[in-house]
Amino acid sequence: MAAAVAFRLNGRPVSLDAGHGRSLLWALRGELGLTGTKYGCGIGACAACTVLVDGRALRSCLTTIGDVAGREVVTIEGLARGGKLHPLQQAFADHGALQCGYCTPGMILGAHALLAATPHPSRAAIAAAMEQHLCRCGAHQRILAAIESVAAHADRVHE
Amino acid sequence: MSEQALSRREFFQLAGSGIVVLVCAGSLPAFAAEPPHYPEDINAYLLIGADGRVTVYSGKIEMGQGVMTSLAQMAAEELGVDVRSIDMVLGDTDRCPWDMGTFGSMTTRFFGPALRAAAAEARVALIEIAAARLGVPAGSLSARNGVVSVSGAPARQVSYAELAHGQQLVRRVGAAAVLKAAADFQVMGRPATRLDAQPKVTGEAKYAADVRLAGQLYARILRPPAHRCQLRSLDTSAAAAMAGVTVVRHDDLVAVLHADRERCDAALAALRAQWQPPPEAAPDQDGIFEHLMQASGTALKESTHRGDVLGARSHAARVFESTYRKGYVAHAPLEPHAALAEVAAGRATVWASTQTPFPTRERIAQVLGLAPQAVRVITPFLGGGFGGKSADRQAVEAARLAQLCGRPVQVAWDRSEEFFYDRFDPAAVVTLVSGLDADGHVALWDFTSYGSGERGAAHLYDIPNLRIRSGGAMSYEPSTAPQRLHPFEVGPWRAPGANMNVFAIESQMDIMAAACASDPLEFRLRHLTDVRMRRVLQAAAEAFGWKAAAAPSRRGVGIACSTDAGSCVAACAEVAVDEAQGTLRVVRVVCAEDLGIVVNPEGARMQIEGGVTMGLGYALSEELRFRGGDILDRNFDSYHLPRFSAVPHVEAIVVRNDQLAPQGGGEPPITIVGAVLANAVFDATGSRQLRLPMTPERVLAGLAAAKLHGS
Repeated sequence: MAAAVAFRLNGRPVSLDAGHGRSLLWALRGELGLTGTKYGCGIGACAACTVLVDGRALRSCLTTIGDVAGREVVTIEGLARGGKLHPLQQAFADHGALQCGYCTPGMILGAHALLAATPHPSRAAIAAAMEQHLCRCGAHQRILAAIESVAAHADRVHE
Repeated sequence: MSEQALSRREFFQLAGSGIVVLVCAGSLPAFAAEPPHYPEDINAYLLIGADGRVTVYSGKIEMGQGVMTSLAQMAAEELGVDVRSIDMVLGDTDRCPWDMGTFGSMTTRFFGPALRAAAAEARVALIEIAAARLGVPAGSLSARNGVVSVSGAPARQVSYAELAHGQQLVRRVGAAAVLKAAADFQVMGRPATRLDAQPKVTGEAKYAADVRLAGQLYARILRPPAHRCQLRSLDTSAAAAMAGVTVVRHDDLVAVLHADRERCDAALAALRAQWQPPPEAAPDQDGIFEHLMQASGTALKESTHRGDVLGARSHAARVFESTYRKGYVAHAPLEPHAALAEVAAGRATVWASTQTPFPTRERIAQVLGLAPQAVRVITPFLGGGFGGKSADRQAVEAARLAQLCGRPVQVAWDRSEEFFYDRFDPAAVVTLVSGLDADGHVALWDFTSYGSGERGAAHLYDIPNLRIRSGGAMSYEPSTAPQRLHPFEVGPWRAPGANMNVFAIESQMDIMAAACASDPLEFRLRHLTDVRMRRVLQAAAEAFGWKAAAAPSRRGVGIACSTDAGSCVAACAEVAVDEAQGTLRVVRVVCAEDLGIVVNPEGARMQIEGGVTMGLGYALSEELRFRGGDILDRNFDSYHLPRFSAVPHVEAIVVRNDQLAPQGGGEPPITIVGAVLANAVFDATGSRQLRLPMTPERVLAGLAAAKLHGS
């Protein structure tokens, strides 16, 4: 059996059996009880399962527990601070940038990684960065508007 | 009162004390299919609790379309409370009144009036109790913001919470309650932030696969490689030898279960099965259209016939014959079907991703051998539905496995299963023969639809000689699904059939407009007396900046309109066609809709934007590939949903119409997307696209054909 792997999850240390290529997605949704991270396709083609690993957006369905050893993992549950929504969460709510909400956690975390790397992206750059994120309800232009509104105040992203 | 009805005592056990209003609205269309053994035609419950909060119980479900918010707005309006003081309980068969299901853009149209009646009656009841409490005539009281006060002496007041405290009052009303006029609206007609926004941005929102029970097992089910294959042999020994794995084989159901999802997946992969292909060949992708027309035979159902269609054909100055085609399209909600079931002590509780909790309860009860009242279906948030969650396969699977194993069982399909059992929007053919008289008026319309039914086939154009027929009538009941017609199950897909039929109608109108060298908008208006449709066309054209010109004008602009679910909708679009690659970019879309009184204008705009955006898929990129019963597209790597780069700016215009009760909003806008883009492609290139989706390959073929004909 593989050894236990330690990493940080939403600011807290955790240790998990890494299994044989055990996936981060199912560990989050199962043993760790964080169901905000969604399964959508299992092949990294929809981005619904996106989480942050050391600030970068990764598809948790293609990421193993071994991959995140010693790293900082943030899921949608770890974004709000002290009961206050993260500016991206607030912007998605304010812009009506969701309908069914299933792709929303992945969208928000994907946008978070984008703005961390590029604080003031153009609208076209936002669309390009979000290209792999699927939304079936057709909330795309509101999602772009929500991200753009936060990018306009990019200093707020990491407050 | 039959055994199914909640007694008053039982209701208060569920709801606590307060004031309950039951609406018995009778034969609303949405309730018409209610099974006869169901009791009392109660369509809505509403409770005002002793804490002053209002709880609305509805059998409808929230799948993104926004009814959690719009229904709360309706109740808040009639009751005179803030929308934030309303709690919605949706899709729970133990707590909510019976409901056929959430589809057909019917929630606002048909459930809305019942809920508004309940809220209006609750307000009357509160005022009556307040009159007795304050010792004044009811006529001297008014109710707003959760408080009843004496007109002219607002200090003499009593809150809804005080009035409801200690009450165990049940009121019943018919649907004929006096509702507020649109001019008096305080909550309805104003944009409201979605009530489900907060839980959805924090990850707190629960979907069916997110529900957890102690001791639950995950199940994976053995699936055939193609539809209608029979299991020939099965070796489960390798899977059964895996630690912690349970193998279940019961009739047609073969499943492996484990407390860990990934080990469950590994056990599924260890099953060794051999399959017998179906005895007769099913049509493949290339033969499907011919098959649809042949299988429909000559037994066509005629829904409309006026004038003399055959005579008009011989008298027409010009006749236009077209055949339109569209392939199978997947619902592809981002959330695959999921259910968690617990069966214990003769009762079943099933959390299911379903648009039809009550019919699903019936089906589970039947399969498990339980009485319907021993089954409770609870519907969490749905991660999209679009008609695709109107069946109950995964819920029944979970319930059967939970009964067989004696432990809670989760069945959550993977993406491949989701595509396999999608119950696709059917492939379809429309043949259309139309004719112009010597004055350039449409004098003949002979429309025949094969494969996807006749919704959307009726239109509002004034044409004297007209016939509408359909072959292979659609039925979406699983037991009567038209297997003869389609190689796998098909089902309702957002405005079922209308996308295809409107594509044909609105393309044909454009063909004739071009033949007359008329502006497509002017040509449509010339054949329309319907005031609402004229108004939405003009609203869309005005916002778009439509300039009259005959197509092809090489500007790449198109227009289309339709009527669906009681609404009128029109769109203008601009496309840019890359004539070397055959690709097209949708530059912008303006879509105007008259949906009567609008409950939540922001919600209505979201539905317009969403419908147009989703429609880009069936218009441009989505077409299921299959070989007989073998579904070749099983994931998003080969089946292409619209992505950010393909989504244009969509301007949504809600055309105000306070003279008309609220109409359906979720489906109408998507019906015109294929047509408006095909018309814009014709305007850009002079090449008419008769088949959806308009893939680059088909666009290039169309361009080549147009060049050949020297246009």
